[in-house]
Amino acid sequence: MSLRHLTIAAIAGAIVSTTALVAPASAQTQEGIYVPLLTYRTGAFAGSGIPIADGMHDYLTMLNERDGGIGGVPIVIEECETGYDTKRGVECYESVRAKNPVVVNPYSTGITLQLIPRAAVDRIPVLSMAYGLSASADGETFPWVFNPPVTYWDGASVFVKHIAEREGGFESLAGKTVGLLHLDAPYGREPIPVLEALAEEHGFELKLYPVAAQDMQNQGSVWLNIRRDRPDYIYLQGWGAMNPTAVREAIRTGFPIENMIGVWWAGGDEDARAGGADAAGYKALSFNGAGTDFPFIQDVITHVHDKGLSQFPRERIGDMLYNRGMYNSMLIAEAIRTAQEITGKSVVTGEDVRRGLENLNVTEERLAEMGMTGFAAPLDVTCENHSGNHDVFVAEWDGEKWTVGQDWTEPMTERVRPLILQAAQDYAAANPGWPARTETCDN
Amino acid sequence: MIYRESGQYKTSYEADRAVFPLRQDRIGIAVIIAAAYAAGVFGSDFLLQAVLIPFLIFSLAAIGLNILVGYAGLLSLGTGAFMGVGAYACYKLMTAFPEVNVVVWILMSGFFSAAVGVFFGLPSLRIKGFYLAVATLAAQFFLQWSFNRIPWLYNYNISGAIEAPLTTLFGVPITGATATAEARYLVVLTLVIGLTWLASNLVHGRIGRQWMAIRDMDIAAELIGIRPLHAKLMAFACSSYFVGVAGAMMVFLWYGGAEYNVFNIDQSFFILFMIIIGGLGSLIGSFMGAALIFMLPIGLGIVLPAITEPFGITVGAATIEHLRFMIVGALIIFFLIVEPHGLARLWQIGKQKLRVWPFPY
Amino acid sequence: MDLLSQIFVEPFALMVEMPDLLVQTLWEGFVSGVLYALIALGFVLIFKASGVFNFAQGIMVVFAALTLVGFYAMGVPAIGALVLAVAVMFALAWTVERVVLRPLVNQPDIILFMATFGLTYFLIGFGELVFGGEPKQMITDELMLPTGASDFEFGGGYVRIQHLDIAAAVIASIMIATLGVFFSKTRIGRALRAVADSHKAALSVGISLNQIWVIVWFAAGIVALVTGIMWGARSDVSFALQIIALKALPVLILGGFTSIPGAIVGGLIIGIGEKLGEFYWGPIIGGGIESWFAYVIALIFLLFRPQGLFGEKIIERV
Repeated sequence: MSLRHLTIAAIAGAIVSTTALVAPASAQTQEGIYVPLLTYRTGAFAGSGIPIADGMHDYLTMLNERDGGIGGVPIVIEECETGYDTKRGVECYESVRAKNPVVVNPYSTGITLQLIPRAAVDRIPVLSMAYGLSASADGETFPWVFNPPVTYWDGASVFVKHIAEREGGFESLAGKTVGLLHLDAPYGREPIPVLEALAEEHGFELKLYPVAAQDMQNQGSVWLNIRRDRPDYIYLQGWGAMNPTAVREAIRTGFPIENMIGVWWAGGDEDARAGGADAAGYKALSFNGAGTDFPFIQDVITHVHDKGLSQFPRERIGDMLYNRGMYNSMLIAEAIRTAQEITGKSVVTGEDVRRGLENLNVTEERLAEMGMTGFAAPLDVTCENHSGNHDVFVAEWDGEKWTVGQDWTEPMTERVRPLILQAAQDYAAANPGWPARTETCDN
Repeated sequence: MIYRESGQYKTSYEADRAVFPLRQDRIGIAVIIAAAYAAGVFGSDFLLQAVLIPFLIFSLAAIGLNILVGYAGLLSLGTGAFMGVGAYACYKLMTAFPEVNVVVWILMSGFFSAAVGVFFGLPSLRIKGFYLAVATLAAQFFLQWSFNRIPWLYNYNISGAIEAPLTTLFGVPITGATATAEARYLVVLTLVIGLTWLASNLVHGRIGRQWMAIRDMDIAAELIGIRPLHAKLMAFACSSYFVGVAGAMMVFLWYGGAEYNVFNIDQSFFILFMIIIGGLGSLIGSFMGAALIFMLPIGLGIVLPAITEPFGITVGAATIEHLRFMIVGALIIFFLIVEPHGLARLWQIGKQKLRVWPFPY
Repeated sequence: MDLLSQIFVEPFALMVEMPDLLVQTLWEGFVSGVLYALIALGFVLIFKASGVFNFAQGIMVVFAALTLVGFYAMGVPAIGALVLAVAVMFALAWTVERVVLRPLVNQPDIILFMATFGLTYFLIGFGELVFGGEPKQMITDELMLPTGASDFEFGGGYVRIQHLDIAAAVIASIMIATLGVFFSKTRIGRALRAVADSHKAALSVGISLNQIWVIVWFAAGIVALVTGIMWGARSDVSFALQIIALKALPVLILGGFTSIPGAIVGGLIIGIGEKLGEFYWGPIIGGGIESWFAYVIALIFLLFRPQGLFGEKIIERV
C-alpha cells in the first residue's frame, strides 16, 4: 500500500514539475545567435551520427573560443537528440522553434521533408547540407531551403563520370551493368532518376539492390543477387550500420572492392575500417578533405580539444565524417557572417540568415583565410540555385585512412538541373496552395 | 465530502445504468472539456503543437488498441501499420477528391484501415495469445513495406513522402503549413471527443459485452451464443477504425507530412505501452497512459538538465537521451510492479477513497 | 502469363542453370537459419521456464556482445573479457529475477511481456551510457575465431564458404547439444523441466522457482552472448543489431514457443525459405521482401498447426 502511495505522489510530482518546467523552457533564450543542432548520438544510426554531431559542435565551439563567436556575437549552441527518428526530430524542432533559431540543420532526410513546408511559414531557413530533397535546390520554389554544396543527383552523375573515366570514355559504358545498393527508404532511392536517365543515354544497365532498414546488418541475400548479376560497378547509397556491413559483405563475397563507390554518406572512416586491410581501394565521393593537415583543424585542437570542450576522441580527429560536420558548421558560420555583412546588424535573425545563405560565396581566398585550402572547393549559392552543383572528388581508402582530395570533378549540371526544376514543379503542383516566392533577391 | 452520491436518487433504469451515474462526475467531465477548449485559445504554441495535439491523437490510437487488447483480449503489435493505412488512405482520398472537406476524409479513412484490419485479423480465429501477436507483426512489416514500395500510395512523389496540402474548414486553414496550432488543436479535440463518445457507447453496448465475454473465456462465450467470428472481426474492425483515424490525424493535423517509417514497429510498441500503463479495458486509462508515456520522455528531457545544471554538471544531449531510456524503462517496470492494472485502477481507487472521505469507516 | 512464368518457371530454370548459386543460397540460408535459431533459443528457454515472452532477448544479444568488446577495449585480455561478460550476464539474470520477476510473479502474461519492454529500454540506455553508441568491431581474431573463406568448384561455378560461418554452425550445434544434455541429464535440468510443466507442482516438491529463473535467464544470457559474438563477427556490434531479434519471432511461431527442437527446425526453415524467397522470387516485386517474407512462411504453417510445429497441443476446457 505504501508503494502505491509513493506512486501517486511520484505521478503528482512529475506532473507538477513537468508543467512548471515546460512553461518557462519555451521562453528562455540566451544572449547571442542561437544555432540549434539536431543530432543523433543514439540508435541504429549513431555510428554515422556521432562524428558528425561532434564535428558540427566542435567547429562552432572553436569560433566561440577563438574569435568570440561570429562578428563578435557568441553562438549559442544547443544540441537536440533526434535518434534519426522523424517524430523526435519534429519534437526537437518544436522545442527549438520558440527560441528564435537562425537556421535549422535537421540531419535526416525524413526530418527535412517535414520541415520544408514549415520553413517558409515559421521563417526559419533549413540547411540540409548535401541531403534532404534534391528538388529543394530550386530557390524559386523553395526560398527557405538550402542544400549546398551538391545534391544526391549531382553525386550520382559524378559517380557515372568517374566510372566512364575508368572505362575510357562514356561510349565504353554501353553493355556494362551498374548496381545501386541502397537503403530501402526515400533517402536511398534518391539517385534512381538520374541513374536511370544516364543508363538510357549511355546504354548501361542499372540494377537495384534495396536493403530494408531491418536488414541493414543482414545483407546476405542482397549480395547473392549481386553475385548472380555480376555488376561491374556498385554505387552504395547507405547510411549507419548498413555501410560497414556492405563493405564487409563485398569482401566476403569477393566483389572487387575498388569497383564499389559510396555516396558521401557512405564514406565514413568506420564504414571502410570494418573491412580491414582488404577494404583498401574502396571509394566514396566527398566534398571535404579528410585528415588533420589543415590549419583550421589545428585551431580546433588548440581551442576545443586542449580545453576539454569536445566529446570526440582525439585520435579520431580528421575522420571523414567529423570533418564533414565541421564543413557543415563552416557553412552555417559563413551564412551568418554574410548575413551580418548584408544587414549591418550583429545579432541576426532567421530571415537575415536566409539572405546570408542566398548570398553565400566562399571563394578560394576566403577558404585560405579560414585555413581551409584544399579542404573544400569554392562554393557559391544563388537565389535560383540553392545547391550550386559544386565539385566533389572520389576519395579512396588506403586501408588506414581516406586519401586527401584531388581531381575535383564537376557534376553534370546540364543534365541534373532540368531534373531538379521539373521535380520542384511537380512538388509544388502536388501541394495545392504552395506559396509562390515573395522574398526579394539580393544579388 | 464533496464527492458522494447521497441525495441523488435514481428514478429510472436509464439513470441507474448511466456511464456517469454521479452528478459530480458529469460536472467534472464538463469542466475538463471546457478547460480543454479553453486551452486551445489560451495555450502557447509549444503547449498545443508539441504536447496537447500529439497527446490527443495518441489517446485516440490508444483507445483503438484498447478495444482490441483490453476489451476483446486479442494482442496486436500492428498498430503502427494500421495508423499508416489510415494516413495513406486519407492522403489518396484527399488528393483524388480535393473538393470534399478534409475532416470527412479523415473520418472516412478509418474505414479503409478497418477493412485491412479485418483481413489481418482473420488468423485470430485460429490462433491466440502471443502467437497472434507475432502474426500481427506480419501485418506490420508487410504494410510498412507497401507504404515504402508502392509509389501509387504516395502519388509517385519523388520524395516518397506524403504531404498535407492546404485545406480549410469554415474558411480557416486546418492542414498544411499555414494552419495555426489553435485551429488544428480545436479540430483534433472535437474529433477526439466525438470518437471517444462513440467508443464509450460501443464498449458499454451489446458488442462491447460480447468482446468482454470473448476476452474472459472464448469457449464459454461461444456456448452462450456469441459468434466468435463476428465478435473478433468486429473488434479488429472497430479497433482499426479508431487507430486509422488517429493515423490520418497524426499526419494531417500534427506532422503535416510523413514518410513510411513513421509507422514503424516502435510506433506499435509505443501505443501498446500506453494502454498497458494506462490500464487495459479502460477508456480513461487510454488517456492517462497516453499522457504518461508521451509526456514522460519530454518531461525528463527538460527535468534532467534542470536537475544536473545547478550542480555544475553539464551533461550532453546524448547522455540525457541515455538516462531518459533508462528511466523510462525503469519506470515501466516500477509501474507494472506497483499497479499491474494501470493508472485507471489508481484512479478508481482514488475515487472510492474520495467517496468516503473524510470518514472512511 | 508473363507473371506466371516469372513465378513458376524462371526461378526453377535459374536453379538448374546455376546450381552453384542454388547451393550458395542454401548455405547462406542455413547459416542465417542457425543464427535465427540461436536467438529463438533464448526466447524459448525463458518462455518454457517462466512463461515470460522475453522481448529483451534482442537487446541482451547486443548488451552481451558490447560487454565483451567493451571490456576488451578497457585492456582486459580476450579470455578475461569473455569471463567477465559471462559474469555480467549472470549479474543481469540475478537482477532481473530479483527486481522484475519476483515482484511480478503470478501476473498475467501480457504484464510480464511489458516488463521485458521496460527491461529493453533500460538496457538500451544503460548500454549506450556505459559503452557509447557507436558500432564496435567484434574481436574475432582474439577469440580465435577463424576468418577467411574457401571456394569449392561446383556446377560450373564456385561455392564460397566462410570459415566463420562453419565455426558458427559448429559452435551453435555444440551449444544446443550441451543444453540438451543439461536439460535431460542433470538435476537442475530436470527441475527446470518440472517447472516448465507446472509451477505449482514443482513448488510443492521443493523446487525453488527463483533459483530456476536465475538459471534460465543466465542460460539465455549465455545464448545471447554467443549469438552476439557470431552476428558481431559477421557485421558489427551496434544497437542496430537488436532489430535482428524481430527476425526470430517468426521462427518462434513456426517452431512453437516451448520447443527447443522447434526453435532449431523453425530457424532453419525460416532462414533457408527467406533466402530462397528473396533470391528467386524477390526480384519480381523489386526485392527487399525479406522483412516480411518470413512472417508469411510462418503464417502459412500456423494456419495448419496453430501451436507451431512442435508446440504443445492446446487443450481448452470451459
